[in-house]
Amino acid sequence: MSREKREIVIPSQLLGDTNSNKAGRGTFIEKGKIYSDRMGLLSKKSDYINVIPLKGRYEPIEKDFIIGIIEEPLSSSWLVDINAPYPALLHTNEVPWDVEFGETDKYLNRGDSIMAKILEVGLEKNIQITLKDHNLYKIRGGYITNIEPSKVPRLIGKKGSMITLLKKYTKSRIIVGKNGRIWINGDNDNILKALQVIKKIENESIYYGLTDRIEELLKKDSKDVQ
Amino acid sequence: MEQDIKFIDDDGKRLDGRKYDELREIKIEAGVLHRAEGSCYLEWGSNKVVAAVYGPREAIPRHSQNPLKAIVRARYNMAAFSVDDRKRPGPDRRSREISKVISEALEKVILTEKFPRAAIEVNIEVLEAEAGTRCAGLTAAGVALADAGIPMKDIPVACAAGKIGSKDDYGKKIGGNIVLDLGKQEDNFGDADLPIAISPRNGEILLLQMDGHLTLDEFDNALNLAIKGCNIISKIQKEALLQKYQVDMEVD
Repeated sequence: MSREKREIVIPSQLLGDTNSNKAGRGTFIEKGKIYSDRMGLLSKKSDYINVIPLKGRYEPIEKDFIIGIIEEPLSSSWLVDINAPYPALLHTNEVPWDVEFGETDKYLNRGDSIMAKILEVGLEKNIQITLKDHNLYKIRGGYITNIEPSKVPRLIGKKGSMITLLKKYTKSRIIVGKNGRIWINGDNDNILKALQVIKKIENESIYYGLTDRIEELLKKDSKDVQ
Repeated sequence: MEQDIKFIDDDGKRLDGRKYDELREIKIEAGVLHRAEGSCYLEWGSNKVVAAVYGPREAIPRHSQNPLKAIVRARYNMAAFSVDDRKRPGPDRRSREISKVISEALEKVILTEKFPRAAIEVNIEVLEAEAGTRCAGLTAAGVALADAGIPMKDIPVACAAGKIGSKDDYGKKIGGNIVLDLGKQEDNFGDADLPIAISPRNGEILLLQMDGHLTLDEFDNALNLAIKGCNIISKIQKEALLQKYQVDMEVD
C-alpha cells in the first residue's frame, strides 16, 4: 500500500518568495520571503502557500459549530470552555430559555456540555457563543472525545466522505465540533469502535488515501461482527 | 580559589577530550509529556533538562494581561538533586534572573500579537546540571514551543563560549584559550563564560550574558564561536522535531 505522506514543515522554514506565491495561513513574510510560522503540513492551493498546523489550540471563527463545556455559571451568563485560548461567554439572551437573573445554574451548571455556535469574536478575542439556532442544545447522554482541532477537516473528509463512512459502519450518531470535540452516541461497542477509528484517523492524518484505507478497515470489522 | 588544573593538554585536547571548538554530546527528544501542549527532553553532556509548554490560555491574574499581545512566562527551576550538594528548592536570585532572560528571549520569536490577553507558560526543569543549563533550558524550550504548535518566527537556540587557562602552571598570566561550550570544571575555574541565544534564521541575538572578563578581540572571537555552536545545535533541534512525526508514522 502506498504510504505517501504530506511534507512536514517546521517554524522558520523557507517556503517561497512573494513574487511567485502568496502567503496563506500559518506563514509570515520577511524581506519578500515566505516562511512557515509553525509545525505543520505544507499545502499549496493556487498561488497560496498554507501551513496546516499539526497541533495547537482552536482558533475561534464566527459561525463555527462547536461543543462547549460549562466552566462557571455567572449571574446573567455562563463561561464556557471551547478549547480556545480564552473561555467563551454565553449570555442569557442567547439561550432558548427564559432565565431569571441569578438563576443561571438551574439551566446549565458546571460540567454540562452544549452544542453551540460562535456568535462573535471581538478585537481582543472576546468570544461570544449562542444556543439560539436550530440543532443547538444541551447535550444529554453520549460520549465526548477530543482530537486536535486542526485535524477536524480530515475527520470530516471531502464533502463529508469520512464522517459518513464512520456513521454508516458504526451505526452511531456522531457530531463533530470545529473545536476538536466530538460527540458520539450509540451502543457501547459501537462507541468504542468509533473512538478507535477516530484515533487512527488522527494519527494517520498526514497520509494520502486515508479514507479508502479506513473504509477497508471498517468493512472488515463489520464482517467479523455480523 | 587556587587553580592548578591544566585546561588544555599538549595535544590541544581539553579536560574531557574535546577540541577547542567541539560541543558536548547533545540528544533532543520532542513531545515526551502528554499532559502538556508541547514538551521536550534534552541531554547536553550531563545536563538533563525537561521543558513543557502550556497555553496560550487566558493570563491570570487579570492585571498581568496585555490587551495587544500574549505574555510569555518562562520558569527555570533546578531540581534539589540536580547538583552535588542538595540545592535548596524554590526560586532564588539566580533562577529568577534566568527565568527573566529566557522569557524575554522567547518573547522575541513567538508571534505574541496573535493571542491578545493570553499567557504562554514555559516550564524548564533542570534534572541534572553540569554547566550551561541556561543554554540547555532555552534550547529545550524552543523545541517544546514548536512542538506545542505555537506560531513563532524561529526556533531559538542557545550555546556558550568562554575563556579558559589564562594562567600557566606557576600562576603567571598567559593568553588563555577561547573555547566552545564550557564543561563543569572549565566553567567553575575558567576565566570567562559567554552564553548567547540566537534566532538561527537571521542570526539575531536574543540573549547575551557575560561572566568574567574578555578583551574586545576575545569577545568577538567567543561570540563567533558561540554562533557557530548555535547553528550546529539548531540542526539537531530541527531533526528532533521531524523525528517525532517520523516515529508517529511507524505506529500501527
